[in-house]
Amino acid sequence: MQVLVHIPGSLRQYCGGARQVRVECEAPSTLACVFERLHADHPGVVERALDEQGKIRQHVNVFVDGESIRAGPKRGLETPLGAGSEVWILPAVSGGQAAA
Amino acid sequence: MPVRPDVLLLIGTTKGLFTLDPSGEVQNPIANGASVPSVAFDPRKRRILAGKTSFFWGTGVVCSDDLGKTWVEPEAPNLQFPAEFDASIKQAWQIAPASANEPDVVYVGVEPAALFRSNDGGQTFEVVRGLWDHPHRPTWQPGGGGLCLHTILLDERDPRKLTVAISTGGVYRSDDGGASWRSSNSGIRADFMPEDQRYPEYGQCVHKVARDAANPDTLFLQNHGGLYRSDNNGASWTDIGDGVPSDFGFPMVAHPHKAGTAYVIPNGDAMNRWTPEARCRVYRTSNGGGSWEALTSGLPQKDAYITVLRDAFTSDQQNPAGLYFGTRSGELYASRNDGDSWELVAEHLPPVLMVRAANLG
Repeated sequence: MQVLVHIPGSLRQYCGGARQVRVECEAPSTLACVFERLHADHPGVVERALDEQGKIRQHVNVFVDGESIRAGPKRGLETPLGAGSEVWILPAVSGGQAAA
Repeated sequence: MPVRPDVLLLIGTTKGLFTLDPSGEVQNPIANGASVPSVAFDPRKRRILAGKTSFFWGTGVVCSDDLGKTWVEPEAPNLQFPAEFDASIKQAWQIAPASANEPDVVYVGVEPAALFRSNDGGQTFEVVRGLWDHPHRPTWQPGGGGLCLHTILLDERDPRKLTVAISTGGVYRSDDGGASWRSSNSGIRADFMPEDQRYPEYGQCVHKVARDAANPDTLFLQNHGGLYRSDNNGASWTDIGDGVPSDFGFPMVAHPHKAGTAYVIPNGDAMNRWTPEARCRVYRTSNGGGSWEALTSGLPQKDAYITVLRDAFTSDQQNPAGLYFGTRSGELYASRNDGDSWELVAEHLPPVLMVRAANLG
């Protein structure tokens, strides 16, 4: 199955400038599997969305099919995805410079 | 405003890297929301290395071999702890190219406090496990700026000798290239401890350490309250804080050539962190801390509520020395004569975190 991943502007340099990329995964799948494939296809994107412990960075939001995986019924990186699912990686509204 | 022929100033700020070139032009070679808390010029390769930190996407070291026109950005962030450390890097606080006899070695100090080493000129890094595994490390505490390894001193006489400083852990030294470390804080005060525990083995909030250019066993130290000199490469420390309006401050700069000569910028007390009496004064010692003189010519002496952070003050390598400091309020001051007089050379910058002088001649 294919999952469409929306790439934020500041990470498009790591996927040839694409606004969205399609990732091929086995069904059923999870966000973790999608990120694994995304890492293989376009190295540099996932490494910036996740820290070196594999956790989503504090000021990054990920939405699956319109819902944040940090809240509600979603389950973080174990959030299930189906054929046609869409993933958004977004900088959080918490932006700016905390130390400024 | 032009500063000096053959000197390119590198200015790391909360909102990008700025440069001031010899013609006086301000450029902004790293922008787009990244902060640059650390920057270095590697004269061995004429390479700028910058600790580029995104509020969102993490941190890494990027390199430019054409003085900032183009940058090599690693495919994946090149500062990462191994997965088993259960820690992630917030930012790089210090970048230190090693000496000429280790032409590809670069050290980086990060938050949370750890030391990284590159053997390929700053493209890839590995954590120095000897320091991470030190039994003191789990008890180090963050200062106001975070738990950071902010100072790396190399020793031209022996590349295996490394000195680092951590807030809040204090000074640590290695004689074996980083395999083993020992704390080295004898004589340094910790005012924030109970009265009978103010000289601990470690845990001091050391702000900056600088090495004397002429006598490499002599070090100068700005503490979180207290100025110190060591004459034995950090084994023990002597208080040299008499003669300044406040012994609280962040930077410590050694003259690039003259023995016993160092500079500080007192920063009020631990509560009011601005220049004492709202007067901006650099203090210079020319006798190893025996006495200090205020340098005020060209610096604001009224209503100057200025903070200069630990790495926002530096020197070039010329003689007389060029000295440069940036403020949290975005000004950049320069002296071309060992600090005798100063000039405002840039203003309206974002808060300045680090200034370094690249000697291009």
